[in-house]
Amino acid sequence: MKYKDYYQTLGVERTATADDIKKAYRKLAHQFHPDVSKDPGGEEKFKEIAEAYSTLKNPDKRQEYDALAQRPAGQSFTPPPEWQHQSGADEASFDDVDISDFLNAFRPGGGAGGATRGTHRPMPGSDYSVNVSVSLESIHSGSEIEVSVDIPEYDSEYDLPHRVPRTFRITVPKGAKEGQRLRLAGKGGPGTRSGQPGDLYIILAIAPHARYRLSGRDLFFDLDLAPWEAALGASIEVPTLGGKVQLEVKPGTSSGQRLRLSRRGLPSSQGEAGHLYAVTRIVMPKKISDTERKLYEQLAAVSNSNVREPGQEKKQ
Amino acid sequence: MMINVSEWVWLNEHDSCTAEHLLEVSGLSPEEFDELVEIGVISPIESKPGIRRFQLNHVVTATTARRLRDDFELDLHGMALAMTLMQRIDMLQQELVAARARLPAGR
Repeated sequence: MKYKDYYQTLGVERTATADDIKKAYRKLAHQFHPDVSKDPGGEEKFKEIAEAYSTLKNPDKRQEYDALAQRPAGQSFTPPPEWQHQSGADEASFDDVDISDFLNAFRPGGGAGGATRGTHRPMPGSDYSVNVSVSLESIHSGSEIEVSVDIPEYDSEYDLPHRVPRTFRITVPKGAKEGQRLRLAGKGGPGTRSGQPGDLYIILAIAPHARYRLSGRDLFFDLDLAPWEAALGASIEVPTLGGKVQLEVKPGTSSGQRLRLSRRGLPSSQGEAGHLYAVTRIVMPKKISDTERKLYEQLAAVSNSNVREPGQEKKQ
Repeated sequence: MMINVSEWVWLNEHDSCTAEHLLEVSGLSPEEFDELVEIGVISPIESKPGIRRFQLNHVVTATTARRLRDDFELDLHGMALAMTLMQRIDMLQQELVAARARLPAGR
């Protein structure tokens, strides 16, 4: 069993009062709670904070935890004889048991089949959630993904909770949305004393795409045009999620115009589809030849257009 | 070990469920759930005497409310206020993402 320093996690002294612990928890929860924080590592951090608080706020669990000698976080230690006695397990059986799973299982308020104290009512298992990044391509056409998560299971011999890796093969439907959740009923943590197992939630996050920006079901991408393409018009081959298509750029196109490719965005599960928009951007070549310079000079001399004051003639 | 999951449900706006289902899955009390309906955080798509049906994606709304209640030790009104503000933040974030998508990317 690996030691976890719950006091260090909450940033309090071992002599902290219950009030100090609550204050420290609340401060950290505001900072890292996944529903509140935008910190990318917030969810993992909050799990550690919630686990530490769940043990230290409960006087019985805290007393049990405090009885362990303090040591560096992550260091392996031998569980006290009374823990082995309570579970009936030998020392080796604790090797891959998570300290929080054990304290939850064998202390009041938690519960495993082998609990010796506390409530005897059925306890539902914990819900688990896992974030999965998927590509735009995979939700455009639908795909299968594999999701791995460590979930506690009780061994049949000693009723000790062990974290077991589980891999699920999931079908991502065509048109899934950012943040959409899949609920796998009963695939979370096991219940105890005939309690229902928890659920597993898979949360989809659409990975940023090198070309496309997503807005609802519509996709946007930048279409760079040379000045003469913008002036004269052009037929340009552009990539879409469904393959390449020809896009007709009309003569006199300006920067920032949105050219719509109908129904080339993301599909919905109901069969509708968003649009794909090419946002035009006129780009000057970094180097121009002498011939090009002369042609631009010729153009400047003959043109009467005044782009800063439309409708007005260029001042000579 | 690979598990092919057959009993899964995508929580979307097209499928529906009952209030009882949302209560069971989320762990909210009927009083807390009714408060969220009252303030419009969760809206029924069908409401007849004795029957209320909700979009299935409200499983997420209800479980978020329960999680905030538990993790921040909120009372009924605190939870309702937090959910109202979170819904507003979500809406603003969606508008921000949509506005950014329409702008040409910087070089």
